[in-house]
Amino acid sequence: MTEPLLAARGLRKSFGAVAATDGVDLEVFEGETHAIIGPNGAGKTTLISQLSGRLRPDLGRILFAGEEITALPEPARARKGLARSFQVTSIYREFTALDNVALAVQAHAGHSFRFWRDARRERELREPARAVLEEVGLGDRADVLAANLAHGEQRQLEIAMALATRPRLLLLDEPVAGMGVEESQRMVKFLATLKGRMTMILVEHDMDAVFTLADRISVLVYGRVIATGRPEEIRANPEVRAAYLGEDEAC
Amino acid sequence: MTGLLFEQALNGLQLGVTLFLMAAGLTLVFGIMNLVNLAHGSLYMVGAYLWVAFAKLTGSYVAGVLLALAGTLVVGVVVELIALRTLYERDHLDQVLATFGLILFFNELVAMIWGRSALYAGLPAWLSGHVELGELRYPVYRLVIIAVGLAVAALLWWVVVRTRLGMLIRAGASNRTMVAALGVNIRLLYTIVFGFGAALAGLAGIMAGPIYSVQPGMGELILIQVFVVIVIGGIGSIRGALAGAVIVGMVDTMGRAFLKPLLATVWSPVVADTAGPALASMLIYVLMAAVLALRPEGLFPARA
Amino acid sequence: MRLAPRTLALVAVLALLAAVPPVAAAFGQPFYLDLFRRIMIFAIAATSLNLILGYGGMVSFGHAAYLGVGAYAVGVLAHHGITNGFVQWALAIGGSALVALVIGAVSIRTSGIYFIMITLAFTQMLYYLGVSIEEYGGDDGMRVKTLSQFPGLLDLADPAAFYYLVLALLVAVLWVSGRLVRSRFGMVIRAAKSNEARTRAIGFSPYPYRLVAFVVAGAICGLAGALLVNHTAYLTPEFMNWTRSGELMFMVILGGTATAAGPLFGAAALLLLEDLLQGWSLLPQWVRDYWQLYLGVILVLVVLFARRGLAGLLPGGPNGDD
Repeated sequence: MTEPLLAARGLRKSFGAVAATDGVDLEVFEGETHAIIGPNGAGKTTLISQLSGRLRPDLGRILFAGEEITALPEPARARKGLARSFQVTSIYREFTALDNVALAVQAHAGHSFRFWRDARRERELREPARAVLEEVGLGDRADVLAANLAHGEQRQLEIAMALATRPRLLLLDEPVAGMGVEESQRMVKFLATLKGRMTMILVEHDMDAVFTLADRISVLVYGRVIATGRPEEIRANPEVRAAYLGEDEAC
Repeated sequence: MTGLLFEQALNGLQLGVTLFLMAAGLTLVFGIMNLVNLAHGSLYMVGAYLWVAFAKLTGSYVAGVLLALAGTLVVGVVVELIALRTLYERDHLDQVLATFGLILFFNELVAMIWGRSALYAGLPAWLSGHVELGELRYPVYRLVIIAVGLAVAALLWWVVVRTRLGMLIRAGASNRTMVAALGVNIRLLYTIVFGFGAALAGLAGIMAGPIYSVQPGMGELILIQVFVVIVIGGIGSIRGALAGAVIVGMVDTMGRAFLKPLLATVWSPVVADTAGPALASMLIYVLMAAVLALRPEGLFPARA
Repeated sequence: MRLAPRTLALVAVLALLAAVPPVAAAFGQPFYLDLFRRIMIFAIAATSLNLILGYGGMVSFGHAAYLGVGAYAVGVLAHHGITNGFVQWALAIGGSALVALVIGAVSIRTSGIYFIMITLAFTQMLYYLGVSIEEYGGDDGMRVKTLSQFPGLLDLADPAAFYYLVLALLVAVLWVSGRLVRSRFGMVIRAAKSNEARTRAIGFSPYPYRLVAFVVAGAICGLAGALLVNHTAYLTPEFMNWTRSGELMFMVILGGTATAAGPLFGAAALLLLEDLLQGWSLLPQWVRDYWQLYLGVILVLVVLFARRGLAGLLPGGPNGDD
């Protein structure tokens, strides 16, 4: 049994009287695509934020590649290879798409206490950035201001920025949120190309995406994982059906 | 010596109470409306000037106070409706600059109407005397200020903890968007909170008028100290405002009174003469820096 | 090389500024040389503030502190007989950098409203410090009898020579600032302003970068302070008054934040406006006596309605900066 790439043990996080995360154990193995699903308010984003370092858990431990990172701040985790995309698009609106990705590249290309050279002329930043943009399908939109990109393109940019940091683990918080059918399908197809060569934790509502992409699924309800397993197992699990898939089918 | 200590402690409390009146309104405006309002000091000034004007007009101290309070409230609400409403949506830089412009406006306005020299207005006989506290003869007026301030603090506590309005205020201070989402008339709430704060600032100005001089720019002198209070106490928290105000009032007053003689005995009179006043004036800022280093959110932050 | 209209305007203004001394001499109006030199000194200070405020989004309400530190470094040394310009100005810059380091280290850990109030409070602390030291004039200030000496190089008492020195320094500061904001370092600062959460998520911790920017801005402003005290030949704690900080912020926003030309345009606009309101004979006396009232109203209107500032009226470069 190999060591998981990411392990969370006994995570707890409360906001006042509300326990958003109520004792979560999670294991994600290298190369795996692990989906986290659950009804609204289950605490999915809170969990992702604790994994990425945006929030500190009240209790519990997080291990990344065997190393304890529970107290490590967010930027340090990113530098170790933990990349995150946000549920609500979080990009640099005043910069071009290329600038956005180049900044992500810059974060992992040596130190940034360089005061003289024009960063936009640095090939070691621009070329990898262009390559990533091509990969996600935004190659011809590189010089467009991020604010002027369509919503779906902005979600693609989110992913591009995460990829540009050459992560070992991708935390994707609802990557197809707010996208139309066609756009979602394109995104899912793209994410499928990452399967296997990238370890991913995927929070999603879109069940098609989840069942297409996930190797394993964890179901989060009221801050607790009620089931973990392969997609078929989860589909068949009566507790899960009752708590979550049951609602979904009714819609 | 104890007499002096006691006297300065009371002075410190009196300053603290004045600072609290200013800080309470301002910290709520910070916390609930996320508005940096530099012109809060101007409301303090307006209160003082209106009191002088109305007291002279009516010949009565009490009438002067009540009219001045009402007047400051009106001025505050008018300013909120005309100039500040648009600023709630803007970033802090815009708020700072716009309210800075308001300060210039108000300072010159009072100078236009009342001139640039300091005004002095007398107190009625029943407030002008002294009271025997043990060996100490202490001005009645300052004790009245302390009493009024504490009474207002108690009143505020009651409103915030026991009324529906207070509940909305506390909710707004810790989560503004939620309160809006709950369908509460946010605009009205904001205006009420601002008006409250304006009245409190006006009251502070009215009470402080006879002690400190009434002149253009008087608001800014006290405003900086109010900022220190709020930073120490925590934004959005009335409890923090009270704690911070008393601490700052005490530290500042005691520092100014005792640091120089203390330095003179510990070091030398020459050092005390040069360094004493300088250090005393820096004391509350050093305190602020210390609090920030240990607890950046302040002593009693409103938010979790 | 195609230049954006905004940049062309900046170059044009600088060229015009270079022409002021001979023109002023020709018309026998030395006052204008004085006025524009003052504008340029404040433009240097405003440019330094633009670095952290305009590009960095750090609303520092205490920037005038560094004008004060720079000025006092020069004034105090002169008072004690040290008049060598190189020594004085080196200490002005170094001292400002050090003060900025201390204030920044404490303040930058905070954000939002806290940061504004803390920077303001620290500046006031320095102001009160200046006021309470009687030996250097207390709150009245004191005359600086000997200007900074640069033996063999130039004489600051020569108005035109001093003018061109300030102009040269302004150009240098603008150039350095321009390179800074385009460098890797500058991009991090600007990214942190644009979206701090995103910046942390990709792996940057904004604090060290912001602190360095704060120190650099303080140092440059210290230089402006050294220039200012030589310009006025008078040392006063009013250099550090918080209203001065407000004026600097106004210059930045009036001129247009995060633009190279903004601080210069803003400094010129504000100082010329102040001069106009106080002295233009076409204005009625009741306006001129209470000119700050009208200035206040104008400032409020600018903030509410003309947010992008003067430089914002002109198109910038393709990347959004110039």
